[in-house]
Amino acid sequence: MKKVLVLGATSAIAQATVRLLAARGASLYLVARHAERLEAVAQDARTRGAARVEAETLDLDDFAQHEPLVERATAALGGLDGALLAHGVLGDQERAQRSYGETEKVLRTNFLSAVSLLTPLANRFEAQRAGTLVVISSVAGDRGRQSNYVYGASKGALSVFLQGLRNRLAPAGVAVVTVKPGFVDTPMTAAVKKNALFASPEAVARGLLRAVDTHQDEVYLPDFWRPIMFLIRSIPERVFKRLKL
Amino acid sequence: MAMEPKSWGRYPRVSGQKAHPVTWTSEPLPVPPEGGSLLPHGLGRSYGDSCLNAGGSLLTTERLDHFLGFDPATGVLRCESGVTLDGILRLVTNQGWFLPATPGTKFVTVGGAIANDVHGKNHVRVGTFGRHLRRFELVRSDGSRRVCSPEENRDWFEATIGGLGLTGLITWAELQLRRVSNPYMHQETIAFSNLEGFLKLTRESTRDFEYTVAWVDSLARGRHLGRGLFHRANHAPPQFTARQPSPPRLSGLAVPFDFPGLALNRVSVTAFNALHYRMRNQGLMHYEPYFFPLDSVHHWNRIYGSQGFVQFQCVVPPNDAGVAALKEILDRSAHSGMPSFLTVLKTYGDVPSPGWMSFPKAGYSLALDFANRGERTYQLVDELDRLTREAGGRVYPAKDSRMSPESFAAYYPERERFAQYVDPAFSSSFWRRVRGAG
Repeated sequence: MKKVLVLGATSAIAQATVRLLAARGASLYLVARHAERLEAVAQDARTRGAARVEAETLDLDDFAQHEPLVERATAALGGLDGALLAHGVLGDQERAQRSYGETEKVLRTNFLSAVSLLTPLANRFEAQRAGTLVVISSVAGDRGRQSNYVYGASKGALSVFLQGLRNRLAPAGVAVVTVKPGFVDTPMTAAVKKNALFASPEAVARGLLRAVDTHQDEVYLPDFWRPIMFLIRSIPERVFKRLKL
Repeated sequence: MAMEPKSWGRYPRVSGQKAHPVTWTSEPLPVPPEGGSLLPHGLGRSYGDSCLNAGGSLLTTERLDHFLGFDPATGVLRCESGVTLDGILRLVTNQGWFLPATPGTKFVTVGGAIANDVHGKNHVRVGTFGRHLRRFELVRSDGSRRVCSPEENRDWFEATIGGLGLTGLITWAELQLRRVSNPYMHQETIAFSNLEGFLKLTRESTRDFEYTVAWVDSLARGRHLGRGLFHRANHAPPQFTARQPSPPRLSGLAVPFDFPGLALNRVSVTAFNALHYRMRNQGLMHYEPYFFPLDSVHHWNRIYGSQGFVQFQCVVPPNDAGVAALKEILDRSAHSGMPSFLTVLKTYGDVPSPGWMSFPKAGYSLALDFANRGERTYQLVDELDRLTREAGGRVYPAKDSRMSPESFAAYYPERERFAQYVDPAFSSSFWRRVRGAG
C-alpha cells in the first residue's frame, strides 16, 4: 500500500497505522471529522516521513460525499492502491434497546457508511485490477451477545459484506482484509475497565499491516482471539442464550 | 479508570488518584474533583512524589504524542508534550541531530523534561533542557492558552521550566536540537582512588570532553572514600560513520517481579561495586547503551523490592564547604549499613537555566539510591538533606521524597514568586508537602 485513503484517521488504531505507513514513505489521504485533530495526525505523518499527506475534514455520515471523496483522494495522490476504513462508534447498548434511533445511528456509521464507501472503492480497484481494502470490523461481530449486540450486529453485517466482496474481487487481484480486534485501549473504550485482554492500538496496527503484507483475508488481533471466538461461536444457541455475556 | 500510578522509586505511595487521559491539544482541561486538583503526568519517571497527586487527578499525556514538525536543515523540532525523548531520538539521529541535554533515561516525555528541567552529563557545556527550548504552549484551568518563549510571556516561560507541572498543562513544545555526525559515542573510562582523584579528573576533562560523569563505590571508606570510575565522552567525529559498530538490539530484558527485600544487602552491593570498579573500557559505542544503560532492563526499579527505594540527589557548591559536604555524605552512607546501589557524581557548570525553580547550579552533584528500609532510611536521607543545606547546596525535587518545607525554602529562593504562577486548580503531593500543607 503506497497511496492510501484513511477513513476515520484520528481513531487510535488508524493513527497507529498511519505512523507505520508514514515511516514506510507512503502517500496518505486522511479523512476525519475534527479539523484540529486531523491536522495533528497529518503533521505527525509528515514529520515521520510520509511521501505526501493530504487531509480532508468530513463527516462520513454524509453519504452523498463518499463518491466525490474517493475521486478527490485519487486525484490528490495521483492514484490509489489502498484504503483503510477505521471510522466507527461503539454506541450505547442500553439506549439502543430503548430507542431505535440509537440503533440506526450505530448501523449507519459502522455498516452502511462502510458499504457506501466500499462501493466506489471496490469498483475502482476492480477496474484497475489492483489494490487492498482494509476494514476494521470486530470480534463482537462473530456472535450476538446481550451486552452489545447492536454494535455486534453492525460489525457482523460488515464482516459478512466483506466476505462477499472478497469473493467478488479475488479474481481481479484485489485484496480485502477483515480486521477483527478484540478489546483495544482507545478513547472508544475509555469508560471500560481494563484487563489483560486489552491490546494497545500500536500492537493492533502492527498486526494489521502484517496481515496486509502476508496477504491474509481475515485477522484476529491479537491472534489469541481466534481460538477464543472459535469457542464462543461453537457454543450451542440453546446453552448460549442462558449465558450472561 | 481508577488506577494507582506509582513514581519510579515507588515511595511514597499515595492513593485516590484518578487518571484523566489527555488525547488532543485542543481539549479543554477537566474540572478537578471536589477537594482535589490536577497534575500533568507523563511516564512517571520522577522518583518521589512530584509526579503524584493523592486524592486528585492526573492528566496523563501518553496519547498527546504527535510530532508537529521537524526541519532537518535547522534542527528545530515541534511536538506534543507526551512525545518521549526516545521517540525524538529515533526520529532525528539518522538525520544528523541529537538532543542537546539528555537525562539518564529516554523514557521521559518532553513535558516531563521541561517540568523538571532535566540535564545530562554535559551540563557544564550546555546547561539544562530548558535552555534549548524555543517555545511551548501552556493551558491553564481557566481555559486560557499562552504561547511562552523568551520573547512572549517570558514570566510564564521561566516559571514553567522546572515548574514541576504546577503552572498548567504544556500541550506542545518547540526545541532546538544539536548536530551530530552519527549515532555513536567515543568514550573512555578511568579509575580514580578517592574524591580528590575525581576532582582532578573533572578539571582535566571538561576542556576536551563534552560528557563527564563518575560512578562511585559507595562502600569504600577511609583513604578510598569516593573511589570510582570516571567516564568521559564525545559524540563520535564524522570519520567513524564508515566503521559503525552495530546498534544494540533491544535486550527485551525485564525484571519480572519484585526482588525479595534482602537481595540488595551489603554483600551483593560490595560484590557489584568490586566488579564494576575493575571494569575498564574505551572506544566507540552506540548512543543508546552510552546514555541509557539502565533502560535496557525494563522495570529495573523492581530490584529494590516492593518497598521501593529512596533516591537522594543533591548539588553542592564548587568550594571547600561543598567538597567537605560531599565527603561527609559519602562517609555517612558508607557507614550507614544501607549501601547505595548506584552512586553517581557529576559536575555542573554555571550556564544559567531560564527556569526560576531549576535544580542544577554550579558545583558537584551526587545521586545515591537507597533501598527503602523504612525509618532508618528516612533518617539517613534527612541527615544528608541537612548536610546539603548547611553546605549551601540544594536537593532535586524530581528525585526527592523527603525534603521538609524548611529545606525547600532554603533551596529555592524564588519559590514565592513561582507560587504566584501555580495554577489554582493544580497541585501535587510534593507541592503540598514542601508548602507544609499535609
